[in-house]
Amino acid sequence: MSLKLGVPSKGRLMEKTFDWFGARGVGLKRTGSDREYAGAVDGVDGVELVLLSAGEIPRELAAGHIHLGVTGMDLIQEKLVQWDQKVEPLAELGFGHADLILAVPNCWVDVNTLDDLDAAAAAFREAHGFRMRIATKYHRLVRQYLHHAGVADYQLVDSQGATEGTIKNLTSEAVADITSSGETLRANHLKILEEEPVLRSQATLFRSRVAKPEGADRVALDALRDKLSV
Amino acid sequence: MSLKQINAKAAALRAAFEAAGAEVVDCDILLPAEIFLDLYGEDVRTRAYMSSDPARGEVMLRPDFTVPVVQKHMDEGAEPARYTYSGAVFRRQEEHPERASEYVQVGYEVFDREDPEAADAEVFALFQQVLAPHGLRAVTGDIGILTAAVQGLDTSERRRKALMRHIWRPRRFRALLDRFSGRAPVPPSRAALLASADPMADRGPQIGLRSEAEIAERIAVLRTDAEEPHLSKGQVELIEAILKVSETCSFALEHLRDIAVDLPAISGAVERFARRCEALAARGVAVEQLDFEASYGRSSMEYYDGFVFGFLSNQLGTPPVATGGRYDALTRHLGQGREIPAVGGVIRPGVLLDLEGRS
Repeated sequence: MSLKLGVPSKGRLMEKTFDWFGARGVGLKRTGSDREYAGAVDGVDGVELVLLSAGEIPRELAAGHIHLGVTGMDLIQEKLVQWDQKVEPLAELGFGHADLILAVPNCWVDVNTLDDLDAAAAAFREAHGFRMRIATKYHRLVRQYLHHAGVADYQLVDSQGATEGTIKNLTSEAVADITSSGETLRANHLKILEEEPVLRSQATLFRSRVAKPEGADRVALDALRDKLSV
Repeated sequence: MSLKQINAKAAALRAAFEAAGAEVVDCDILLPAEIFLDLYGEDVRTRAYMSSDPARGEVMLRPDFTVPVVQKHMDEGAEPARYTYSGAVFRRQEEHPERASEYVQVGYEVFDREDPEAADAEVFALFQQVLAPHGLRAVTGDIGILTAAVQGLDTSERRRKALMRHIWRPRRFRALLDRFSGRAPVPPSRAALLASADPMADRGPQIGLRSEAEIAERIAVLRTDAEEPHLSKGQVELIEAILKVSETCSFALEHLRDIAVDLPAISGAVERFARRCEALAARGVAVEQLDFEASYGRSSMEYYDGFVFGFLSNQLGTPPVATGGRYDALTRHLGQGREIPAVGGVIRPGVLLDLEGRS
């Protein structure tokens, strides 16, 4: 056995994670060929690097298959019921910033708040005979948010990509998506509602509350946390 | 406690309802989801198990019997009718994984146009009699009094309609009251929109299904609303006074009659409450000791629109043993033009057995 650390397996998220650990004296690197998802850890003994898709890390933490993992808060909260009982956030890593927001077309000059959205949804349903469609892949978070705000007469439609384009393509009336700079939204003639976002997210190091490291793993976890000061 | 015990208890309860004159009905477990989505909106997905079928579209494991029983009655039932059923219902428990996601319900439903208050009393008295050995606390309420108050408010039809739409969402209802009465400030974006001579000027390209005409129409509505006088403080206080009524039926009736002096629109609903109290007393229910809470059932019992009741245990963390109420509007919605006054309720035999085990 060894202490398992789950890290996103590709892209900027992986590189930035490697940098963050590197700056704290823990070297993470991929080994083998470019296509092989294997890695190595320098600087702390008994830690194994597990390269996974960022979207799978919440599930693996909750199952206790990995002890530590780096992923976005958005994915943790969307995928895990009662997330705070399954994982503990140890450190925000300062990158991968993204807000989950609700956006509507710029031309909806009458809609700027959730109050407006709710009223527009009621009128839309009367005019069109179906509930206003909001395209998203964050179903649970968005539903919770709208439930809490008491918004009615809407429906969520699934969109796993190019969500901002769904309004122009007439498959949705509004969108709920992750944005960092808002550029894609502007390019698609959308505006963000003037409300607190559904969620503010960034890359975060989580500890599994389910995996219980013992013996050498316990020592490795303490050594790693010590080195990272988390 | 085993499923066998629960089923035995359910059978006994159903037999008691049959003895009271109800016909036994059964319903499908797998139901078309559309009707539920139509009634309760997207929120129903957090409470029910949904699946999809390439041929049938979205389907749902029945979250309760009321909707299919109403449909069955509308399609093939003779009037008046009394039905009983027992079987499993399925509820997703996203927020509370410790709660049961599959449990047995035994129900009794009355479809009768003759005398709604007598039917309310019949159902409540029957439940009280069946549950008498268990020492539960009964609570009653009446959503009809709140809806009558909203419909009687001295304000525009559009505002009344907006409040009615959110009567089951206390937070949004509150926010609307605050806005209509001027207690909540106008958001800056709304103020800017209203101040603008031509708000449609810099709106960018028109995209999506919601048309320019719909946007212009809502702006016109907002302008009309801004010119309307605020809902008076007195009117808001009357609504708040109604929501706060929480005492025994006899005192609640007196209290509501006092409020009706200033808000005569609720008089009809209050007199219906009075007739129900008489009908309950005639069936031997001690109304002078029976609790009445005007806001009972407002956030959790979305299809009830009149009398509501619950039988609760004083054990912490135990779900209600029984719940029920009147759902005339649901029959109107499902009947497509037809309607029939209906009242009923359900008991959870599993919770009853659990309580018996503890005592």
